[in-house]
Amino acid sequence: MIVGEQKPIPEIMKTIEPYKKLLILGCGTCVKTCFAGGEDEVATLASALRLACKQQDKEIQIQEVTVERQCENEFIKEAANAVKENEAVLSLACGAGVQAIVRLFPKSPVLPGINTTFIGIQESHGVFIEECQGCGNCGLATFGGICPVTRCSKKLLNGPCGGSKDGKCEVSKDIDCAWQLIIDRLKTLGQLDNLKKYIPPKNWRTSISGGPRKLIREDHII
Amino acid sequence: MSQSISKLHQILSTGEFAVTSECGPPRGANKNVILKKAELLKGKVHAVNVTDNQTAIVRMSSISACIHLLNTGLEPVMQMVVRDRNRIALQSDILGAYSHGIRNILCLSGDHQTFGSQPDALNVFDIDSMNLIRTVKDMRDEGKDMSGFALDDPPRMFIGAAANPFADPFDYRVIRLGKKINAGADFIQTQCIYNIDRFKAWMHMAQEEGLTEKVYILGGVTPLKSAAMAKYMKNKVAGMDVPDALIQRMSSVPKEKASEEGINICIETIQQLREIKGVHGVHIMAIEWEEKVAEIVRGAGLIK
Repeated sequence: MIVGEQKPIPEIMKTIEPYKKLLILGCGTCVKTCFAGGEDEVATLASALRLACKQQDKEIQIQEVTVERQCENEFIKEAANAVKENEAVLSLACGAGVQAIVRLFPKSPVLPGINTTFIGIQESHGVFIEECQGCGNCGLATFGGICPVTRCSKKLLNGPCGGSKDGKCEVSKDIDCAWQLIIDRLKTLGQLDNLKKYIPPKNWRTSISGGPRKLIREDHII
Repeated sequence: MSQSISKLHQILSTGEFAVTSECGPPRGANKNVILKKAELLKGKVHAVNVTDNQTAIVRMSSISACIHLLNTGLEPVMQMVVRDRNRIALQSDILGAYSHGIRNILCLSGDHQTFGSQPDALNVFDIDSMNLIRTVKDMRDEGKDMSGFALDDPPRMFIGAAANPFADPFDYRVIRLGKKINAGADFIQTQCIYNIDRFKAWMHMAQEEGLTEKVYILGGVTPLKSAAMAKYMKNKVAGMDVPDALIQRMSSVPKEKASEEGINICIETIQQLREIKGVHGVHIMAIEWEEKVAEIVRGAGLIK
C-alpha cells in the first residue's frame, strides 16, 4: 500500500487560512489502511480543525466526504458536488490522489492533508515499513525476495557494507540490515551462490531518474 | 600488469612490506594543513590515502588534496566514495585525477550522510563500490568508459578496495572479498584491526579460497589515544570490533601514559600482522595524529 501520515494541525491551519468553506476529502483505500486518511481520520481531523478555528475566532464550515479511491476518476466524481460547494479541498489521499482531484477540478484549490511517505506494508499493528521504491526494474528474484534498493541504506547491490552489525544497519539500530536478511533468506533457499555473482550497475532509467514516468497499455486504450 | 602502475604497486609487487598512512583533508581551503601533514609523513610511508569527505563531513576534495600531496613528492591513494557522485561524475573525476598524476585509487561506498554535519543531503549511490572497482578496471584494461567509449589516454590506476573482517555476516565477508578481487581490486586495505584473532580467522578463510594469492592485503591499524577512545570505537563507530581486554589494557595505565600504551599496542599489532601469511603491508590510520606515524613505523621496524 501507499503509506501516509497526517500533517501536523498547525501546518494544516496555515494552508486552510484563506478559506471559510472547506471540504475534507478522505480516501478509502491505502491511506485508510494506514490510519491516515480514511473516513475515521476525516471525522477526527474535521473536529480538530473546527476546534482550532473556534479557538482562533476563525469562521469555518467543514464538510466531510470519503470516496473509495481518490486516484480513480470514477470514484472522485461522487464527490463532484461537494467539491463545487466548497472553496477548497483538503485531501487526505496520497500525492497521486491529491493530483487526481487537481486534474478533475481545475478551478478548486486542493491542499494536501497528509505526507505521502512510501510504498510499504504494516509490519505489525501500527508499524509500517518501506518495501518498494517503484524503481521500474524489479530484481527481487536475485535477492531472495528482499529489496536492497529500498531496504539497504546505501542501495548496495553486491553485498553488505562494513557497517552491518548484529543484523542491524549502521544508520540506526531500528533498521534491519537488508543484506543480513538477504543472506539469511538465500541460505534457507539454498541459493547463496546468487551472491557470488557480480551485479552490474543498475539501470535507473526506469526509475524516477529517467524523468516522470508514464505507462501506456495499448491493449487497454479505447 | 607487467609494468608498475604506481610506487605502491612496485613496492607490493617486489614483495616489500608496504606501509601506507592516511591524510584527512581540512574543513576549509587551507592547503597548508595538507602540506603540514605531508611533512610529517614524508619518507615514513610508501603512500598516503586521502579521504573523501569522510564521515560525510564537507572537506577539501580528495582529488585536490591528492594533487597537493603529489606536489610535495608524496604518493597519494585517492579515496573515492559512491555516496556523493553519480557514475558520470565519478568517471570524470577519475580521468581528471589521472591527468594530474594520481595513480592509486581506493573504491569505497562511503559513510552514510546521516552521520555527517549535513544529514539533510540527498545521497547518490548510483553505483556501488563493487561497480566502481569494475569501472576503474575497465577504464584501465579495456580503455573504455562505462558506455563502452574508447578513451583517449585511458587512466591506468592501481585499484584498491576496503574489507571489513569485523562486520557481519562474518561468513559472507570472504565471499565479498572474492567478489572485489574478481571485480578488479589489486590491493585491499582493511578496517582497523584490534581483534587479531578474528582477523586471523578471516585471513585463514581468504587463504583457503586462494584469495591471498590474487590480491595484496594491507592490514589496517589505528593507534588508540585513550581508554575513552577505545570505548568510543567499540560502541559508536560502525563496523568496529574492540575486544574488552584491549579496553582494560588502555584503562589500566595512568591517563598520561595512555597514548603511549596505544602506540605500543599498535606496534605490537603490526608485528603480529607481519607474521600472518598473506598480509602484504600495513595501513596506519592515525586519525588527526599524523605526527605519531613516524614513531609507529620506527617502533615496528618498518621503514629505515
